[in-house]
Amino acid sequence: MFNASLKQLSDQLAGKKISSTELTTEFLKRIKTLNPEYNAFITVNEDMSLAQARAADGMIAAGKASPLTGIPIAQKDIFCAKGWLTTCGSKMLSNFVSPYDAGVIERFNQAGAVNIGKTNMDEFAMGSSNETSYYGIVKNPWDIAAVPGGSSGGAACAVAARLAPAATGTDTGGSIRQPAALCGISGIKPTYGLVSRYGMIAFASSLDQGGPMAKSAEDLALLLNVMVGFDARDSTSLQRDAEDYARDLQKPLTGLRIGLPKEYFAEGMSGDVARALETALDEYRKLGAQTVEISLPNASLAIPVYYVLAPAEASSNLSRFDGVRYGYRAPSYTDLADMYRKSRAQGFGAEVKRRILIGTYVLSHGYYDAYYIKAQKLRRLIAQDFAQAYQQCDIIMGPTTPTVAFNLGEKSGDPIQMYLSDIYTSAANLTGMPAMSIPVGFGDKNRPIGLHIIGNYFKEAQMLNVAHQYQQVTGWHLQSPV
Amino acid sequence: MTLTVNDVKRIADLAYIEIDDKEAQDTLTQLTGIFNLIESMQAVDTASVEPMSHAQSVAQRLREDRVSETVERERYQSIAPQVEAGLYLVPQVIE
Repeated sequence: MFNASLKQLSDQLAGKKISSTELTTEFLKRIKTLNPEYNAFITVNEDMSLAQARAADGMIAAGKASPLTGIPIAQKDIFCAKGWLTTCGSKMLSNFVSPYDAGVIERFNQAGAVNIGKTNMDEFAMGSSNETSYYGIVKNPWDIAAVPGGSSGGAACAVAARLAPAATGTDTGGSIRQPAALCGISGIKPTYGLVSRYGMIAFASSLDQGGPMAKSAEDLALLLNVMVGFDARDSTSLQRDAEDYARDLQKPLTGLRIGLPKEYFAEGMSGDVARALETALDEYRKLGAQTVEISLPNASLAIPVYYVLAPAEASSNLSRFDGVRYGYRAPSYTDLADMYRKSRAQGFGAEVKRRILIGTYVLSHGYYDAYYIKAQKLRRLIAQDFAQAYQQCDIIMGPTTPTVAFNLGEKSGDPIQMYLSDIYTSAANLTGMPAMSIPVGFGDKNRPIGLHIIGNYFKEAQMLNVAHQYQQVTGWHLQSPV
Repeated sequence: MTLTVNDVKRIADLAYIEIDDKEAQDTLTQLTGIFNLIESMQAVDTASVEPMSHAQSVAQRLREDRVSETVERERYQSIAPQVEAGLYLVPQVIE
């Protein structure tokens, strides 16, 4: 049951071989046993999960089930869920019981899915190791000395350790794909604008995008079918016809042109990752695809540009946390300004403060043009590189991360080393293109390796097809550490 | 560009984050490193490039001017640090 695909679980629920209440109870038991070691969840609420499971059983009995009805989903603690503590990994929101549901949560609720708990994450999604969470570090279930990646580290850990059949994540610079790679699971960041940001606590609004994390591409397709959809409450939500993201899963890959950016297959990628990628690419060639070398000349600018734009947007977004209407307020202060200053100094952790300060600086008088506008111009050059590359290929592949999971504590004292963890992933956020990671083997210390698949805008169905075909002939995605 | 401790304190002040001398000094070291990384942007000529603020160039949607939300003050204020008579309480600002 813990290793079953979403389709298998759905069939078992529809065939009354198991009820959602039984399924949910089994996962809650497993969380109770294993979560103390991994710390993948910040909040588990058995009563609320089981109430949803009973409602799902009612829907199934009434013949009103859809593919995810009754299936437990772990929700990243960045999504506001009515009646649930929603912390975003921060002390600032340690008392925030959300009075409303995020658009994504609403869609899962309408589908009859069960919220199995809120997963741990880097504070306000700022981090690549899950070490900035106020609620403690998350461990990588493949090796508890290693980080799970971040910011969706709890979600990746939960899926890898089979504490939940699937999970949600969010991705601003790689926060779905990097932890998916380091924990040996599959995850996709859809095209910017497809998944509602309403009620998804904002980090960098022009880059943030929610997406699913699961065991396989097929599971991701079923999850995307629920998560994607227009939401008028998100000003950048796209109005498009509904798609079935599973429609192309079975297509053969004959003639597929895979672009390999020479800038990614260069210095910086460790030997074990390079070897696993080469083996995976051979598999793709056997499946009928061809590989072509492409170039993304401005690839090395993605990190500098990202670390101007994301903090700039964050400094503006996080100004709402002032201790007035919700969240943490300092216990003592002298006046209003002192209340703001103390509440924010005490409520935010070091990394969040650092990013707010970077953002405040690059937006301040005299520096705006040199940093913020400059970064926006380079953002366009990066997007143009990709547009050019797609004239020579259908899809782009490379490493998700330069190395396998690093050790806990290894980079937490060095922000720049930590930032470079996202060297391959942040470009897809800057351009808004969909990108995913799938497991393609193990490297040093037997830690997982991810293949990064970047698609052109709205090519999610094609990317899932490409990932699914690989998963039909390999078994990396079926492996679990527990 | 060289940042100073006073710059860090000024930025922290703009961001409404209390910071002591030691924190400011530590932050200075980190921000200097980060800005050195960011500085590599300046090597590229972007004179003729239009800034890109969003992934999709879509116009702001407009909606009909009609009521779409209801006021649920009590529910929303139930999680506030301090409220009284339907008002959020903050320290006195006007004498």
